[in-house]
This record gives sequence, C-alpha cells and structure tokens, in this order.
Amino acid sequence: MGHLNTSRNVARADDVYQMLIDAHEGKTKDESDAFNARLILTLMNHIGDEAVIAEALAVAEG
Amino acid sequence: MFDDRYTLAYKLYPYEKSADQDLDAPVRHPVVVVGGGPVGVATALDLGQQGIPVLVLDDHEGVGMGSRAICFSKRCLEVADRYGCGTPMVEKGVTWNLGKVFHRDHKVFEFNLLPEDGHKYPAFINLQQPYFESFMIERLRALQAEGAPIQLRGKNRVDAIEVKDDHVVLTVMTPDGPYTVEADWLVASDGASSPLRDKLGLGFTGKVFRDSFLIADIRMKGDVDFPTERWFWFEPSHGEGASMLLHRQPDNVWRVDFQIGWDVDRKEELKEENIRRRLDAFLQGVEYDMVWSSIYTFQCKRMERFRHGRVFFAGDAAHQVSPFGARGANSGMQDVDNLGWKLGLVIQGKAPEALLDSYSDERVHGADENILNSTRSTDFITPKSEISKIFRDAVLALSDTHDFARPFVNSGRLSVPCYYDGLPLNGADDLPGGPARARPGAPCPDVPLGDGFLIDRLGARKGATFQILAIDAEVPERVSAQGLDLEVVKVSAADAPLVGERYLGAASSAVYLIRPDQHVAARWEAWDEQAVAQALGRAIGLDMGKEL
Repeated sequence: MGHLNTSRNVARADDVYQMLIDAHEGKTKDESDAFNARLILTLMNHIGDEAVIAEALAVAEG
Repeated sequence: MFDDRYTLAYKLYPYEKSADQDLDAPVRHPVVVVGGGPVGVATALDLGQQGIPVLVLDDHEGVGMGSRAICFSKRCLEVADRYGCGTPMVEKGVTWNLGKVFHRDHKVFEFNLLPEDGHKYPAFINLQQPYFESFMIERLRALQAEGAPIQLRGKNRVDAIEVKDDHVVLTVMTPDGPYTVEADWLVASDGASSPLRDKLGLGFTGKVFRDSFLIADIRMKGDVDFPTERWFWFEPSHGEGASMLLHRQPDNVWRVDFQIGWDVDRKEELKEENIRRRLDAFLQGVEYDMVWSSIYTFQCKRMERFRHGRVFFAGDAAHQVSPFGARGANSGMQDVDNLGWKLGLVIQGKAPEALLDSYSDERVHGADENILNSTRSTDFITPKSEISKIFRDAVLALSDTHDFARPFVNSGRLSVPCYYDGLPLNGADDLPGGPARARPGAPCPDVPLGDGFLIDRLGARKGATFQILAIDAEVPERVSAQGLDLEVVKVSAADAPLVGERYLGAASSAVYLIRPDQHVAARWEAWDEQAVAQALGRAIGLDMGKEL
C-alpha cells in the first residue's frame, strides 16, 4: 500500500504551475474540461496505486 | 379472457385439461414453478432429475418469438450440461471468445474471455433464446419419458396467491375456467415484471437508465466477412447511434444494437424504413432481411431477499440488469443451479429448512456483483452526468493512441461465474498453496481428463449428491456423513497436468468437498473424516443461523 506524498515535492513550483496554465491557453471551456480529464486519467495511471488515488481524491474533496 | 401477451415461436406445450381441475379438493404439489421461461424450465429439470415432483405453470403454450437473450456463458452451459442439454446448445450456437471495441473507426480495446485451454465449454455461445428454451424443453420431454415426475401446463395463469405458514395456495386460470392448486414450495420465475412479486407486495428497487436501444436482428444475404466476435463501437463514424453493437447468431443472423437516446418516438423508430436507414448507413450496400426488432430501455434492480417463507424468486423476477455483460439469463441459470439441490435436500428431509436461506444469501451476492458490473458499464456507455461524459470521452480519446487508457474502456464486462466468497455455507480452506481459483465458494475449474473433462464427472446429475474429489490423496472407497452418501471421484495429476495447476497449486495432494452445483464447499491437503463431516454439515445448513 502506497502513501500519498502531501509534502512539498515540486522544486520549481512557479514554473510547473505556469506549464499547467499555459496548456489551457487558447482553449474553450469544453476543450479545457476535456484536457483536464485526459490529464487526470494520465496522472492516475502513473500513480497506479488505488490507495494513493483514494487519498488524493480525499485531498481534492477539501 | 385469455389472450397471449406475445407471439409464440414454437407451440411446445398446448393447453390440456389436467386431472387437478376436476377434483373437488385442491391437489397439493411439493413444488410449483410459476413461469415457463428458461429459469422455470431449468428448475423443473433440476428437480425432475432428482425425482422431486415439480409442476410448471405457464400462461402461454410455448416459447416466445424473438431472439432476445443471445449470449450464453460458459458457466450457464455447464449448468445446462448438468441438466443434460448443454451439448445441443453448443452444437447449434456460435462459439466466440473475442471482443473488440472501436472508437469511431479505431480499434481501442480487445478482450479474450477465455485465454486458456482445457475447458469443455467455450467462454460464450450466441444462440437465439427460442433455441435455448427449446433444447431445455426437449430435455424435459426426454426426462418425462424416462419417468421423471415433471408436469408442464400451458395456458395456466396464476391469478391469485395466498401464502400460508407451510404451503401456498394458487388460483389458476385456464381456458376451462379457474382451479385451485396448493404447493409446499413455490418458485416464482415469472420474469422482470413478475406479477407474483406485485401480488405479494414485495419491492424491487434500483436504478433506471435514461437511454433507449434499438435491436435489429437481420439475416445477411450472400457472403459477409464479419468475424465471429463481439464488436462494439463508441460514436460509430456512420453517425447512427451513440454506440453500436454487432454480434453473430446461428442461421446467418446478426444482432445489431443502436443506442438511440431517451426521448424517441418508439413507433416511428420501429418502422422498417427507419431501421433500414440506420442499418444501411452501417452496412453500405449489403443485402439483408429483417428478422426481429425491438426497442428496449433498462434498469438495474433487485429484491431485498429472494426467499419469502415458502416462496422463492429466481431469474429476472428477483433481479434485473442491463443487457451489457450478458448477465440476465446467465445469472438466472445460476439461481436455479443454487436452489435446486437445496430444495431437493430439504424436501427429502436431509437438510434443515434454514439451508434455503442460503439461496438468498448466495444469489443476492451474485446479483449484487452483476448489478455493480452492469451499472458501471451502463454509466460508461450512457454517461449520466456532464462530467461523467467528459471523463468517458477522455478515456476514449486517450485510448486511440495510448494503451494505458484501454482498460478503462467499458462496453460491458461479460458474465463470469459467481464465487460465493465469505458466505455461511463455505467450510475449511485447509490446502496450503492451493490455487485461489478453486477456493471454497468457487465453481470448480474445468480440466481435460482422458477423453473428456473433469466437469463431466462433477456435480449432481441425479440426486442432490455431494462429492469428494480426491487428487493424489488416499480416501475411502465409500463415504457417508450427516446422513448422506457421498460420491468419490479420484483423479491423479500424473494423468492430467492441468489438474495440478488448477486444483493443487503448490500442494502435492488435495481432498475437495464439492457441492451438487459444482461449487467447492471445502478443501484439505489430506483425508480427515471428521473435518469432512463438519464441512458437509455446514454446507447443508446445519450451522445456518448460529453464530459463526
């Protein structure tokens, strides 16, 4: 069973955040929604571990 | 007064006045089955083979028209085999193992439902439901000829039911007027809209899906080169339907299924010219005849419990799923498989009545598994919210080019046998290194054995007999326990290597206790008379209702 890393893990936070925002540049709302969904699925597959994904869902729930 | 609700394909049991109708006092039958569909007739075969008198009442005189259910699973065929009618089904049916899923024109996913050899029955056959039912009724006639105490009465409609503590009273309408029948036990297999369920005021709850599907069964003219596989398209590029399914049946008939949306004018959609418009967009120039068409919507629902005192509900009457996954008729057959031997033992006084509660426990477990899978498939095929559609489309878009997304594609997870994990009838799992697939609660895996298959030798084909399957283990020639005589089946892994893989795992010997329905009750490394007796006691319900 894995464990979700919720400590600081992205070295260049501003740059990475900007990558995300830039990726949505010029997209309509529908295109951005579709993009986000593809991104979530891709990252979810990378994580793979069901328990970690469940923890991430709980974090997102706020 | 007595109109048919549907057209018959074959009139197999025309109404005949029975002796019961002329008697002053109602006749008491040990078991009455209401509904002569696949589940009702299978119940008659199971009980009839055991020598238990069974009366089937059906409000029609034969098998209904229309292909309807077409996919029959390996486990369903193994059950039919135990009833003596599996072979003609496979001979007539179209065997298939492979499914392909397309998004527009790209293949995005492929699945093989039986990726290993060594099974008597294939993962699936496609067979029009009227054939499936006819083979069972042929078998019923053969059993009757051998003297099995089965009666099948056409145009006998149950108009009223009264449930007493120790029996059930039925008012049965016939073309000659009403008569009364009593039953010690009643099996209600009267379909998804079960009139008996309504008459008893029992609930049927779950989800209704807001989409409709148009089925067109067509007979292709000339040669067509579609393979014998299940092909499913999301957003087919010809634009007819949000999804489409193509599936081959015997007699050169193909099932085409279009997802056409919720707000449709059914009458308009069912006009031949409109069905042909959709088909022509897909088939482009292929000639065909229309065989049968229908529009369906669906729901995933079940009753809270499948046993209500003297009354059992089985098949669609007890639980209903969407057709994606072929989990309707196939689970109905597993209901009968489960109920038949239990009812047989209780009627013969060999097991306590509490055993019958395990029918509900085990088959509710099966129904929940089917409803879960069916609901998930349906949510993928007809997403129920905007965000659900966004994710569904994202999966399909990614799966065009990325393999990792393909397992998320869900066009129906097809019926697999039920494992009765964690339920009260299961006994010891005392076989260190034993394969998980043959754990207590599991249906016995098949393996080739000599000229035949192990499955031919397992399960009850006459009485409700339990078996000891001994694999390279010393066991007595004759075994009796809890008042029952058990059958001993001896097998050596030396003669059949797959026995080792599927039953021994890392162990060098094994003793399995097998239920009459071919499910594993318990297993050990070596013979232990006391342990076997204890597990047998548990499997026939002696521990039911006690603290576990």
